[in-house]
Amino acid sequence: MRPRSRAQRRAADTAIRVAMVPSALIGIAVLAWILWEVIARGVGAFTPAFFTELPTPPGMEGGGLGNAILGTLLMTLLAALLGTPVGLLAGVFLAEFGPSSRIATAVRFTTNLLMGTPSIIIGIFVYSILVLPFGHFSGWAGAVALAILILPVVMRTTEDMLNLVPDELRESGLALGAPRWRVTLGIIFRAARTGLVTGVLLAVARVSGETAPLLFTALNSFYWPGSLNQPTANMTVTIFNYAMSPYSDWQEKAWGASLLITASVLVVTVLARFVIKDKGGRA
Amino acid sequence: MKESTAAIANVATCAPRDQSRPDAVFKWLAAACALVVIVIMAGIFFELVRNSGMAFREFGFSFLTSDSWNPIAGEFGAASSIYGTLVSTGIAMIIAIPLSIIIAVYLVEVAHPKVSGLIGGAVELLAAVPSIIYGMWGLFVFAALMQTHVQPFLSRHLGALPLFQGPPMGIGVLTAGLILAFMVLPFITAITRDVLMMVPPVLKESAYGVGSTMWETVRFVSLKYGRRGIVGAVFLGFGRALGETMAVTFVIGNSHRISASLFSAGNTIASSLANEFNEASEPIYLSSLFALALVLFGITLVFQTIAHYWVARMQRLEAGDR
Repeated sequence: MRPRSRAQRRAADTAIRVAMVPSALIGIAVLAWILWEVIARGVGAFTPAFFTELPTPPGMEGGGLGNAILGTLLMTLLAALLGTPVGLLAGVFLAEFGPSSRIATAVRFTTNLLMGTPSIIIGIFVYSILVLPFGHFSGWAGAVALAILILPVVMRTTEDMLNLVPDELRESGLALGAPRWRVTLGIIFRAARTGLVTGVLLAVARVSGETAPLLFTALNSFYWPGSLNQPTANMTVTIFNYAMSPYSDWQEKAWGASLLITASVLVVTVLARFVIKDKGGRA
Repeated sequence: MKESTAAIANVATCAPRDQSRPDAVFKWLAAACALVVIVIMAGIFFELVRNSGMAFREFGFSFLTSDSWNPIAGEFGAASSIYGTLVSTGIAMIIAIPLSIIIAVYLVEVAHPKVSGLIGGAVELLAAVPSIIYGMWGLFVFAALMQTHVQPFLSRHLGALPLFQGPPMGIGVLTAGLILAFMVLPFITAITRDVLMMVPPVLKESAYGVGSTMWETVRFVSLKYGRRGIVGAVFLGFGRALGETMAVTFVIGNSHRISASLFSAGNTIASSLANEFNEASEPIYLSSLFALALVLFGITLVFQTIAHYWVARMQRLEAGDR
C-alpha cells in the first residue's frame, strides 16, 4: 500500500460513496423502466380474444394468441416432466453416493459446463438430433430442448439442498434398517422438500421464458397444437416474429405476450423466493 | 462424514438379502441419470463437429479469419461474427463489472437494511426477466433513447475517436453491449453481494480499528477475502453475455461487416444463428452455421475451463497462505 495523505484517502472514500447511490439506482431504474413499458404497451392487448382465439392473417384486426399460450404451457410442462426426475436422481447421485468420487467430480464439472452453454447451442443440438432426422419441426423437440436446460439447474439445487440435510438423519434412517432408497426418498427428500420445490419452480420459470432453444425445434405455428409431432405455437417465438413484423396490430400482440410471460415468470420467481424465506430453516 | 454414512449404508445394504437388490437398482438409476449430462455434452460436441465438417473441409482454417459472408456466392467466414461477439461482450463487461461491484458494496456496507433488501430484490427480479423482454425493450424503447440522446452526445464529445463516428441509428454494437451490461449486472451483483456478506466481521472490524476508511476496508480486506467468488461471478456473467441471443438479435442490426464504429450495425455468433439458421437452404450454408455454433461452443468451453482452474488455483494458493 502506497502511503497517502489523509485528505487523499478521505477523497477516495467520498468519491466511491457518492458513486454508490446512482449506481444502485440504475439497477432499480432499469427494472422499473422495463416493467413500466411492458405493462403500458402490453395491457391494451389483453382482450378475451387474446387468450382464447387463433391469430388472424397479417393486417387483419382481432384474433388472439390462444394457441401460443397453450403451446408454451404444454411444452414447459412436458420439459418439466422430462427434466425434473432425471435432475433429482442425478442430484441424489452427486450428494449421496460418494460425493468426492472421480465420476461425481467429472459429472459436477460437466454440469457446470452445460449450465454455461448458450441456450441457442442447445437448440441447434436438438435440431440436429430430433428435427433433421425426422424431417420436420416438432413440439417434442422443443420440450426436449427446454428439458436439457432444466436438467443441470435441478441437479445443482438438488445436490445443494441434500447436502444441507444433516447426516444424523441418514444414519438414523439406516440404523432402523430402512434401505438406502427409502431413506433417500422418504426421509431426506422430505427434509429437503421446500428447497427442492423451490429449485424446480425457479428452473421451470426461467425456462418458460426462453426463446432461442425453440427457434429451430418447435418453430411456431398459426394453428392449435393438435399434436406435439408438428411445429408448435409458443409465446416467445411469436413475440420475436411479431415484433419484427411491420404490422402495428402484431406488434401490440407481441407486447401483450411480453407482458403475460414477464408477469408469469416474475410471479413464480417471487412466490418461490417467499417459500424459501418463509421456511428458510427447513429448506 | 459422508464416507462414514456410505460405509454404514454398505453395511445396511449388505446385511439383509432382500434389500440389496432395490438399493443397487436405485444407485445405478441415479448414476445413469447423472451420466445423462455427460452424454448430452458429448452429443453436442459430436453433432456440431459432424455437421460443420463440410464447412471446415471447404474453407479450412480461413473460416475463422475471413470476414466474407455471402450466402449467394457460397462464401462463409466467421470473423465478423466472432468480432461482434467479443466487442459486444467486452462493452458489457467494462460497464457491468465495476457497476456491479459498487452496487454490491453499497448493499452490504453502506445501505440501510431495508433499502438494501429493496434494491437487492429488484436486482434479483431483473435477473429473472426473460431475455426476449430485454430485446423488445431494447428495440422499441432503449434504441430510441440511444438515437436521440446518447449517440449524438457521444459523437459531439468523443467524435474524434473512430469508435463514436457515423450516423446515430439507435441500434448497433454499442446498444447491444449496453443491453448485455444490464442483463449480466444482476448476476454479478447478486453473487458479489453474497460473497461480501460472508466476510467475517472480525476482519472488517480490524481494518476499521487501524483507521481504514470504508473503501479501504472493502478494497484491501473484503474484496481480497472474496476474490475467488467474485472472479467466478465475473466469468459467469461473461459466459452469459457471450452466448446471449435474443436481447442482442433485436438491437445489433445484423450486418456481417466489421466496422470501427460502435454505432454501426454488426452481428454476433448467436444473432447470426437466430436470424439465418431456418433460412439456410444450401447444405454448405447450413454447415457454415453449424461451424459458427461450434466456434461459440468452443469459446464458452475454453473460458469456463479457464475459470474453473483459475478459481481452483486461487483456492489452493489461499490454502497455502494459511
